[in-house]
Amino acid sequence: MLSSLATSLTDAGRTTTGEAILFWVLAIVMVLAAGGLLFARKAVHAALSLVVVMIGLAFLYVAQDAPFLGVVQVVVYTGAIMMLFLFVLMLVGVDASDTLTETLRGQRWVAALAGLGLVVVLAGVVGRAHYGPAVGLTDANGASNPVALARLVFGSYAFALEAVGALLITAAIGAIMLTHRRRMTPRVTQRARSTARVLSGTLAGKPVPGVYARHNAMDVPALDPQGRPIEESVSRVLRVRGQEADAREYAARIDRVLSGDWANTVRPPLTATSETSSAPATDDSDAAEKSDEEAKA
Amino acid sequence: MTLTHYVVLAAILFSIGATTVLVRRNAIIVFMGVELMLNATNLALVTFSRMHGNLTGQVLAFFVMVVAAAEVVIGLAIIISIFRTRRSASVDDVNLLKG
Repeated sequence: MLSSLATSLTDAGRTTTGEAILFWVLAIVMVLAAGGLLFARKAVHAALSLVVVMIGLAFLYVAQDAPFLGVVQVVVYTGAIMMLFLFVLMLVGVDASDTLTETLRGQRWVAALAGLGLVVVLAGVVGRAHYGPAVGLTDANGASNPVALARLVFGSYAFALEAVGALLITAAIGAIMLTHRRRMTPRVTQRARSTARVLSGTLAGKPVPGVYARHNAMDVPALDPQGRPIEESVSRVLRVRGQEADAREYAARIDRVLSGDWANTVRPPLTATSETSSAPATDDSDAAEKSDEEAKA
Repeated sequence: MTLTHYVVLAAILFSIGATTVLVRRNAIIVFMGVELMLNATNLALVTFSRMHGNLTGQVLAFFVMVVAAAEVVIGLAIIISIFRTRRSASVDDVNLLKG
C-alpha cells in the first residue's frame, strides 16, 4: 500500500506532484509539436514533430505504469514507423510540399471548422462523462508490467495474437506486391557490359577531363596527343547544362605551345624578377594581355 | 491533477490528427495525421486501463500498435505506387474516378 502511494496514485485517485509536472510539461510540448504537423510547410518537418509527439507519449506511458507499452512505443512507432515515413519521404522527394490550388472551393475552411466541431464534441463527451475513482495499476501489474501483460496476451488473447500475426504477414506480402515492378527491359548483366565495352573500343574507360588541358577542372576537356580537345571526356551533364569550358581556347593555347610561339613571347628573364619587384610585374601583365590578344586574333 | 487530464490530452491530440487528415493535401502528411489519431487513442486506452485497474486496455493498445504498423506498411506502399504512376503525392491529384 505504501509503495503504491509512493509510485502512482494517492487514495483519492489523484496523481503525484512529480507526475503532474511531467504531464504538464509534456502535454504542452506534445500539443505544440502536433500543431507542427498541422502547420509545417515541409513534410519532413511534420514527420519530425510527429516523432516528438510519439516520444512524449512514450514518457506518458511509462509514467502511467505501462513501461512495456512505453518501450514498444519508442521501438515500433518512433523507431520503425516514423523511419518508414522518412524513407518514403526520401523516395517521393523531400521537397514535396502541399499544393496550394484548391480543387474544392473553401475545403480548407470547412475542414478546419469540422476539426473544431470534433474538438467541441470530444470536449462534451470527456466533460460530461462520469469517471469512477481511479484504481491504479499496482495490483494489476503484480510483479512487473510485462509479465502481467504477457499472461493476458498469451492467455485470453492468444487467438487475437495469432490473427494479428497473420495480418502482419499479409501486410508484408501485400507491400511487396504493391511496390514490385515488372522489368520492362532485359537485365543488363556485368558480362554484357564488359562485352559492350570491348566492342566499343573504350576498354580503359573514357578519358578523364582536365588531363593535359593545363586546367585541372571537370569542365575542361582533355586534349589528345595532337592537342585537339576530346569532347567526350567532359561529363554529359555539364555539356547539357552548357557549363562546359570552351575547348577551342585551350586548343589554341596548345597550338601556341606547339608552334614555339609561347617561348618567343616577351618574358622577362628570371634574374630580372628576382632583382626588382614592381617593374617585372607590369611586364608580366603586359605579356599576359598580349597573349590574350593573340588568342583573340 | 486527475487522470481525466490524460483523456483530455488524448482528445486534443485526436482532434489535431483528424484536422490534419482533413486539411492537408500531401498524402504522407495525411497519413501522419492518421498515426497521430491512433496514438491519441492508445493514450486514452492506457489511461482507461489505469483508471479501472485492468490491463486489458494496455493489451488493446498493443494490438492497435501492431495493426497500425501493418496499416503503415500497406499505406506507404500504396502511396509509393501512386507516386510512381502519377508523379505526385497530393491527394487532390488522384481523381481517376471523376467522370
